[in-house]
Amino acid sequence: MGKYIFKRAIGLTVLLLGITIITFSVIHIAPGKPTDLQAQFNPKVSMEARERIAHLYGLDKPLYVQYIEWLKRFARLDFGISFMDSRPVMQKILERIPITLTIELFSMAFILLIGIPIGVTSAVKEGSFYDKAMTIFVFVGFAVPTFWLSLILMDFIGVRWGILPISGIKSLEFEKFGFLEKIIDLSRHLILPVLVSTFGGLAGISRYMRSSMLSVLKQDYIRTARAKGLAEKDILYKHALKNALLPVVTILGLSVPGLIGGSVIFESIFSIPGMGRLFYESVMARDYPVIMGVLVIGAILTLLGNLLADISYAAVDPRIKLDDRI
Amino acid sequence: MDTKKITNNISAVRLKRTAFLFMVLFSLGFGPDYGDTIVTGSIGEPRTLVPILASDSSSAAICGLIFNGLVKYDKDLNLIGDLAERWEVSQDGLEITFYLRKEVRWQDGVLFTARDVEFTYKSLIDPGVRTPYGGDFQMVKRLDVLDDYTLKVFYKEPFSPGLASWGMNIMPAHLLEKEDLNTTKFSRNPVGTGPYKFKSWKTGEKVELVSNHDYFEGRPYIDRYIYRIIPDTATLFLELRARAVDYTSLTPIQFRRQTETEFFKKNFQRFNFPSFGYTYMGYNLKDPKFKDVNVRRAINYAVNKEEIIRGVLLGLGRVSTGPFIPESWAYNKDVKPLEYDPEKAKALLKEAGWSDRDGDGILEKDGMKFSFTVITNQGNDERKMALEIIQRRLKEVGIEVKIKIIEWSAFVSEFIDKRRFEAVLLGWSLSLDPDMYDIWHSSKTKEGEFNFVGYSNKEVDRLLLDGRRTFNQDERKRIYRRIHEILYEDQPYLFLFVPDALPVLDSRFKGVEVAPGGIGHNFIKWFVPRDEQLYTR
Repeated sequence: MGKYIFKRAIGLTVLLLGITIITFSVIHIAPGKPTDLQAQFNPKVSMEARERIAHLYGLDKPLYVQYIEWLKRFARLDFGISFMDSRPVMQKILERIPITLTIELFSMAFILLIGIPIGVTSAVKEGSFYDKAMTIFVFVGFAVPTFWLSLILMDFIGVRWGILPISGIKSLEFEKFGFLEKIIDLSRHLILPVLVSTFGGLAGISRYMRSSMLSVLKQDYIRTARAKGLAEKDILYKHALKNALLPVVTILGLSVPGLIGGSVIFESIFSIPGMGRLFYESVMARDYPVIMGVLVIGAILTLLGNLLADISYAAVDPRIKLDDRI
Repeated sequence: MDTKKITNNISAVRLKRTAFLFMVLFSLGFGPDYGDTIVTGSIGEPRTLVPILASDSSSAAICGLIFNGLVKYDKDLNLIGDLAERWEVSQDGLEITFYLRKEVRWQDGVLFTARDVEFTYKSLIDPGVRTPYGGDFQMVKRLDVLDDYTLKVFYKEPFSPGLASWGMNIMPAHLLEKEDLNTTKFSRNPVGTGPYKFKSWKTGEKVELVSNHDYFEGRPYIDRYIYRIIPDTATLFLELRARAVDYTSLTPIQFRRQTETEFFKKNFQRFNFPSFGYTYMGYNLKDPKFKDVNVRRAINYAVNKEEIIRGVLLGLGRVSTGPFIPESWAYNKDVKPLEYDPEKAKALLKEAGWSDRDGDGILEKDGMKFSFTVITNQGNDERKMALEIIQRRLKEVGIEVKIKIIEWSAFVSEFIDKRRFEAVLLGWSLSLDPDMYDIWHSSKTKEGEFNFVGYSNKEVDRLLLDGRRTFNQDERKRIYRRIHEILYEDQPYLFLFVPDALPVLDSRFKGVEVAPGGIGHNFIKWFVPRDEQLYTR
């Protein structure tokens, strides 16, 4: 196992290096310059001033020199300074992660809590009215545009009925609240975003769960269990479910980078200062250091997620021996 | 006659009495109430609160409340003193002497002096500072501090727009002298001389300011100013409806269709007045199709500007005939927009040698079809819709228009800077000084410069220089009005419209006054009567 992880780690490092070269080239070659947005087409901002700013950012050096400089800093885990507001990239990313992570974790938890039972029960009652109704329900959640659903909910729950706040994550007077009030205030702000995000994510997990459960239920050992006369409950929840959960582990592993990725549309609508918005804003402003930072962290997490999924496979399924696979 | 005189006298007496009564009431404490909070909603997040680095409108809006310049524009768009009490311009226009206000203090208590102005100037011309505003200050030969409250600026040549450039926010030397301005912590913790003090900045959420009780023009009535960042306009509108946002801008659709309700009329005050900007279609004048001025005039006849204003702005705008703010002294009201007249357009095009020989509905000349592509930037629906109307109207006179929409940064660096376009639909927002040298002078056509249409007219070149060299207001008025006239004759742009600014404000705020300069000019005098205050601590 240790040897396996070591080998994989070396492979992943090389892969990561490749990813950084490609992303660095692509974002620098793509049309547009950081100085365009800074200037906002103001005739008081001369071409000389724009060139001077580009020079101060080091953008007039050849691309490979810029990459090597970036790599040197990255080796020290320094992602550089944002072009937009001159703050360290790492700090900008770190202050955005908690809120995105919180929302994603909560919705992930709810998706699992609701999605798995839906999948399992649908599989058990395959073809029934319940199965069909659930299929429609989860696919509606999948298909409804996030922004539309969010706005409708905000309009009714926030504006007309005034039950919950519309957007943002804290009230204006948040700093003056006591601890308990703060928790309540935060939760009230998080209900709508988590609700919308959960509804949209149900389809994936529940459908995976349903088809995985269906294929397990057709296995010989389930028939054997039934022949032995085991209680249906034990068959379903002890024997079938354990095996059917395996593919879900893979999906969980793959969703690790999504946990901090956030979503632009979603975060913009609810005015949540998360990672999705940070990334979008920096792409629009050609804020190269921040773009690189977000992408590289995303890449690292994806690679780690894969590794983690593979390792946990071995843990869950004794038939898989990792050392054989390289 | 006599009776009128008498009534006048009586009313004058009455006026004096009322004024006296008011003064008594004020001194007894019956003036406007202090307190409450104004929450403004905006889609953009500020980038930095170091004023000379701030190039985006969000940063500028907040810096404007925290800092002051030496001069500022009053509500009628005239330049008046701010941190400078007054100034003198020498006969030859080469020296400006500023006499500064005494007893102005930075928000940390230190006295403001001419040293701070000197420091700000030196930072602006420092090649190591990432400021985009160095341009105007390159004309300065040197700046001498005569004493703590007097300073003299020497120019290389007379430069009248230079005066307005001293509206640049002045930064405190004592806090920044030893700092690297590009990376200083001051950018998120500024100290100024202005009516509001910085309190906190929660990234992606809000910036909070509190009133400066020692402000030299008096303590602002509203105690707290919160700048909320809400990146989605639909959400912003919902927050407004829930009265969680007090002050923001409406779109024409929101103004006409969504805020005509009883609820809005009762709870909000809406305003519309011309904004400081205009939208135009610029031609690439190097393109053989657009070389002939008659062709450009024909297009002006063929496009119905009123129709665009009705369709795109729902009537909330006015036809533009030139590059100045309609309410400013530089704007030439004698330049009348041409009537929409497609027949005249066709005749002019025929005169210029364009005719439809193969009967496909598109004009030709020397084997070339009259077909061109207009590019504009993504994310601005008004521009896209205006283009669709232009497309249709030009088709009626035999010109084919194609539309291409490009993301902003790529649009600027790949198409505008490199002159790779036939025509472009864009807008300029205008500074209040009418100097347009960078946009219209024939020397400003190099890559990345702003005369990207390639306009060249000897008279305009000369007038632009003259306009910069004289401080005489009447003289400048004559010059810029003439430029306005020539530009409308020459049609390097198809001037389209000046959209209205559409601010909306909760009706509990009183004392708001609409003027050519908008409504923000007397912000520190806005107040909320005590019994209507919403945020009470």
